[in-house]
Amino acid sequence: MRTIFSIMTDAVAYGMVLFIISIGLSIMMGLMRVVNLAHGAFAMIGGYLASYAIRDLHVHYSVAILMAVIGTIIVSIPFEILLYRRIYRKSDPLIQVLMTIGITFFIIGIVNFIFGPSLKSIPLPQTLSGPLDIGFRMLPTHRIFVIACGVVTALALWLLIEKTEFGIKLRASVDHSGMADALGIRTEIIYAVTFALAIGLGAFGGVVGAEILPIEPFYALRYMVTFLVVVSVGGAGSILGALSASLLLGLADTTGKYLAPEFGDFFFYLSVIFIVFLFPHGLFGRSHA
Amino acid sequence: MSEIVVTRVPHKRSIPFGQEAAGALSIIALGAIGYFLYPDDLAFLTRLIGIAFLVLSLDLVTGYCGVATLGHAAQFGVGAYAAGIACVRGIADPVALLAVGVFAGTIMGLISGALITRFRGLPQLVLSIAVGQLVAALANKLSWLTGGSDGLSGITPGKVFGIFNFDMYSRTAFLFSLGVLVIVFVLLQRFVRSPFGLMCRGIKDDDLRARMIGVSIYPRLVLMYGVAGAVAGVGGALTAISTGVVGLDSVSFERSAEVLVMLVLGGAGHLWGALAGTIIFMIFEHIVAAANPFHWMTLVGLLLILIVIFAPRGLIEPVLALFARLKRKGSAA
Repeated sequence: MRTIFSIMTDAVAYGMVLFIISIGLSIMMGLMRVVNLAHGAFAMIGGYLASYAIRDLHVHYSVAILMAVIGTIIVSIPFEILLYRRIYRKSDPLIQVLMTIGITFFIIGIVNFIFGPSLKSIPLPQTLSGPLDIGFRMLPTHRIFVIACGVVTALALWLLIEKTEFGIKLRASVDHSGMADALGIRTEIIYAVTFALAIGLGAFGGVVGAEILPIEPFYALRYMVTFLVVVSVGGAGSILGALSASLLLGLADTTGKYLAPEFGDFFFYLSVIFIVFLFPHGLFGRSHA
Repeated sequence: MSEIVVTRVPHKRSIPFGQEAAGALSIIALGAIGYFLYPDDLAFLTRLIGIAFLVLSLDLVTGYCGVATLGHAAQFGVGAYAAGIACVRGIADPVALLAVGVFAGTIMGLISGALITRFRGLPQLVLSIAVGQLVAALANKLSWLTGGSDGLSGITPGKVFGIFNFDMYSRTAFLFSLGVLVIVFVLLQRFVRSPFGLMCRGIKDDDLRARMIGVSIYPRLVLMYGVAGAVAGVGGALTAISTGVVGLDSVSFERSAEVLVMLVLGGAGHLWGALAGTIIFMIFEHIVAAANPFHWMTLVGLLLILIVIFAPRGLIEPVLALFARLKRKGSAA
């Protein structure tokens, strides 16, 4: 019982980290149809910035998160203007893969040149580092914090996309970008804002999840595949899909590591092959003609 | 891409097997340069030839069929492990080991082709990654068979044709690999201009139109994957034979991404592009990465971005355009 409970907590926390980082990628792939393999690289920039802010500027954890998110968005703007705009909605996935792999390599090289090639820790504040008593059991506060962040992110995104004018325009551009354009929706602005949102969420997830996915020199390459798998299994552009895929994969991965550490990766990818083969557009995705 | 097919097909060959002979002679010439000018780097050059097979193989599926894959190292790795395991279990003849590698690579190619070419776009990409990672996980976990993360060592192949021993300067290994490369390259030159190869090109250019004229796409792509697997298997087996070890890096995601970069650098859709990309990339990596691996990553990233923006058809394209212009001038005069 105790094992099951701790597996569940770890699995849900891990799944939430995956969700926060991947949902940005998922929205981007749903709207701009860009297979952005560099998404993890932006999450990595967020982690490095937060680590620098806390350890060298000695600011508070919450301020560091804010600085990391805003800093990463600022860093990403030139990439958007110079590079990503060229490949929005371009049908050839090979070009997108190549360009975003190039961006990933470039960012890894530059970031490690500036901050040094070592594991970066993001020290937690007092309030988050200890265990938390929830009545009948003690749980690590940080795990609870991550899960709460994930829930808040999901709710906020749902509100943004379903209930605001921006969300309406965004959904119109997803469904038919040409028609949305013709109706007077400035799709390039929608694209730019969505890009910033996606990158910001990625950076946020990178910082918050640093305890679970440690920030290290090859972070962007190591988790590139994981994020892409989450989006593909959940279906590009779907919040519910990304959430369920993250939790499912988080559960599969964590349980596998606890119960059969020998074959964790094997079963993970085997299930991915099955799911993608049966549902090529993801569990909750729609096909884009 | 369609213009290439048009300019190539009506072109009359004046000398029979002229292109094949030119290809073979150029590779032999390049090999001779390497052999005589850089006798100390033959081990590196042998590794380069091994990778060249993988890039040629990737060219068959990506350049000629338009399949976006990030798991192509699986075929190479399976070939390498098969040859390595066969050698450890008692088969010593290098040519037989090569055959084992080809066989394993073909099987792996057919399996991954059946999975990967079923879809296009994102599902295809993710399936290719998942297949590659699955093979990598297996290679890691089946340590009683593959040596796991320590790698498979103790591969000591016998003499080539019973005459030439593998020496510590890799002279035999280099010449053996070069010979196999020449044979495979010539065969591939014929193969990509065969009706089957041209049809694959047609599928890449417009799969809907290909379907409309009655081509069943899926079996052809799977078959092409099988051929690509065989070529990659040759490379894997050669690498296993010449280096004597097979590590997890031969099935890694990084290897798959790297060969894709090499292919695009040289020019996808041309056999020469695949070779040129391998040579340029590997030599640069040999020099720069030894100094600082992170500078190397920055440089590769920058190069890749520039290539995609300014020369999406690779570095080989201007060279080919020059050749075409010279030829046109020659026929006009």
